[in-house]
Amino acid sequence: MQFHKYDVVIVGAGGAGMRAALAASAEAGVSPKTAVLTKLYPTRSHTGAAQGGMCAALANVEEDNWEWHTFDTIKGGDYLVDQDAAEVMAKEAIDAVLDLEKMGLPFNRTPEGRIDQRRFGGHTRNHGEAAVRRACYAADRTGHMILQTLYQNCVKHGIEFFNEFYVLDICLTETDNGPVCTGAVAYELATGEIHVFQAKAVVFATGGFGKVFKTTSNAHTLTGDGMGIVFRKGLPLEDMEFYQFHPTGLAGLGILLTEGARGEGAILRNASGERFMERYAPTIKDLAPRDIVARSMALEVLEGRGAGPNKDYVLLDCTHLGAEVLETKLPDITEFARTYLAVDPVTEPVPVYPTAHYAMGGIPTNIHGEVLRDNDNVVPGLYAAGECACVSVHGANRLGTNSLLDINVFGRRAGLAAARYAANHDLLDLPENPAAQVEAQVAHALSEHGKERVADIRTELQATMDANASVYRTEETLKQALHDVQALKDRYAHITVQDKGKRFNTDLLEAMELGFLLELAEVLVVGALERKESRGGHAREDYPNRDDTNYMRHSMFYKQGDGLKGEIRLDYKPVTFTRYKPMERKY
Amino acid sequence: MTTAATTENPASGARGDQPPVPEGAVTVTVKILRFNPETDSEPRWESFGVPALPTDRVLNLLHYVKWYIDGTLTFRRSCAHGICGSDAMQINGVNRLACKVLVKDLLAKGDKPTTITVAPIKGLPVNKDLLVDMEPFMEAFRAVKPFLITYGNEPTRERIQSAADRERFDDTTKCILCACCTTSCPVFWNEGSYFGPAAIVNAHRFIFDSRDEGAQERLDILNDAEGVWRCRTTFNCTDACPRGIQVTKAIQEVKRALLFRR
Repeated sequence: MQFHKYDVVIVGAGGAGMRAALAASAEAGVSPKTAVLTKLYPTRSHTGAAQGGMCAALANVEEDNWEWHTFDTIKGGDYLVDQDAAEVMAKEAIDAVLDLEKMGLPFNRTPEGRIDQRRFGGHTRNHGEAAVRRACYAADRTGHMILQTLYQNCVKHGIEFFNEFYVLDICLTETDNGPVCTGAVAYELATGEIHVFQAKAVVFATGGFGKVFKTTSNAHTLTGDGMGIVFRKGLPLEDMEFYQFHPTGLAGLGILLTEGARGEGAILRNASGERFMERYAPTIKDLAPRDIVARSMALEVLEGRGAGPNKDYVLLDCTHLGAEVLETKLPDITEFARTYLAVDPVTEPVPVYPTAHYAMGGIPTNIHGEVLRDNDNVVPGLYAAGECACVSVHGANRLGTNSLLDINVFGRRAGLAAARYAANHDLLDLPENPAAQVEAQVAHALSEHGKERVADIRTELQATMDANASVYRTEETLKQALHDVQALKDRYAHITVQDKGKRFNTDLLEAMELGFLLELAEVLVVGALERKESRGGHAREDYPNRDDTNYMRHSMFYKQGDGLKGEIRLDYKPVTFTRYKPMERKY
Repeated sequence: MTTAATTENPASGARGDQPPVPEGAVTVTVKILRFNPETDSEPRWESFGVPALPTDRVLNLLHYVKWYIDGTLTFRRSCAHGICGSDAMQINGVNRLACKVLVKDLLAKGDKPTTITVAPIKGLPVNKDLLVDMEPFMEAFRAVKPFLITYGNEPTRERIQSAADRERFDDTTKCILCACCTTSCPVFWNEGSYFGPAAIVNAHRFIFDSRDEGAQERLDILNDAEGVWRCRTTFNCTDACPRGIQVTKAIQEVKRALLFRR
């Protein structure tokens, strides 16, 4: 075992983690000793797969202001958004984009040389009048450029990285005022060694958990580790039932095709060629928010108007955009369609279907990125940002581009807060035997205690989640999913890891990841069962309407008891309102 | 070439029964160069029979081996659609991302059986099986100052850059640092101290960015004995790039910038 001491430890090297690292090291006015721990290599994180853009009311190409952006975000989130947080995000969006430009990000430009902007789902002029051009972009690789630019600046500032260090636990030291975060425990993939990082502040930026689903735009490595670790410590998770299905995944594969395609004018059509979104969202049509478009697509298929031999997808028609727009503004998705489906978007419509994409919920934080231990109190020294966190700026449904914005605005805020906290506090003692839990976990996984294959359990988990907890849900399907997930948890107790070695044991890694997936899938399903209404990304066929009387509140999930089989306790947290009254959501 | 220590997997592997074979699948042989320094004195080829659909990516086949036959098989992967750069490897002798090569493009003609060979990228130390030590590669990247260098006060708003100036370096902004190019370069194989194509591509990305003021610093670095002049324009790098970057052209442009600054 090895010990390390740092002021600030950041877990995760995607957009939120690296933005936090830069803020902590170069912007906070203090110089904390900072380390970034990542399960991957930097630049491998899934921020790099984000395509379409990052919204900010720069008003470079038409009238816009951050208040409209705030409103769109709140309405897009079906009024479950904490309005103070949305206001912070929309206001700081402008500087967030300008900061990236100054760091070197190669945004596409207007004829005047300013940052160009394009339309995106749910982003409108004057509270819903028409689509507005608000998304700043770099072709259809905006996330790639953000990830590269942030890493380049980490190189510039000499940020210290621990690559392929898999964090499996945090250290909480009990004090008179409750638990304080004092470090993190990591498994070093290269050697199998366990490292304890003692720290004054720990920032979690560990991403989402899309791999609970089969059809997903998420990377294999998005297994909700950070959320799972926090949950196992008895700390809450918030709004986990709200999971976003992105409308345009490549049919059958789930690979993302950006909403920016529709922002540039692409149209969704059913088997008969009808532009069906005109029926579901007459004003902004194909640029309605993602939950609405995904449900419309699913309905088209359910009602027999799907395309293809099995009528199980719809078509994204880009053919009228012309080869030049596709090659210059949407080159990557053009190539994805050609490579993976052998379809050329220049001449043929592309088969698409909703794909599991983004967790609106996560580790509850306030607007400074401080992690909450209940509705009112924070865990000093612990911060979270990005997809693993829930501020909540996305409410029940995130608008396109707001995730790249979220990681930049709240990644920066968490980094600043962590650095300042570290500057004003001494290192606290670690709890006794800080590595014991991880050592036991690794030893148990490597010991012989059954014959269950990780891949089998994961495949069955993903199958039941796709079938029963996807775009549409009912009491019956969710009960089935809950039953299946709990049975899989039982089987997980008997998994076998074939690789017993210490060196780059990715077999062991996958087993650990599956444990987190099972945990989070159960929370998602329990939350979905308990929320007997339809709101944003959570659509219950048996409760098709939004119920503000009973459910205008955040869900807070607490794990009770030890081990994978612990019970889940559900509590609630009020939504923060500032100036926007809930209205019926029409587009 | 003989294949020493080749083992065919039994119908039921060490991990138990295999999952049902999907309709339309054919069995292909995946021949993998294995090496675990904990147990092997030298690399050895190992073959696995894997059911494959024409639309499968080579990554799917590697996952099949790992998940259902031999859990010790080790490789990196993440996004699985060619954007994170984790799974660069030699597939049938050429550097590719395993998630961007489809089985249909590798199937043998007629009824002949198909063998797909997979080996680690060349020129970096092998840590285990297909997983190599990326550190020398990343070190070369970091050495060329791959970040925007500016002097003086920052503007209040964004820097102005014309669409044409932005276009000038568009190609080299696509790099995902997968190392396909660098590890396909014969000069890099023979002289590991050469910066290699990827580092030069990333220097190019800033040298030709109209906002940047650090071109001279980077050109001085690349004018070094281990710099651009080592390039012998074999075009391996351009062929290998999964992002379609004109790598050799970028290197030539850096060479020209060095010649004409005098």
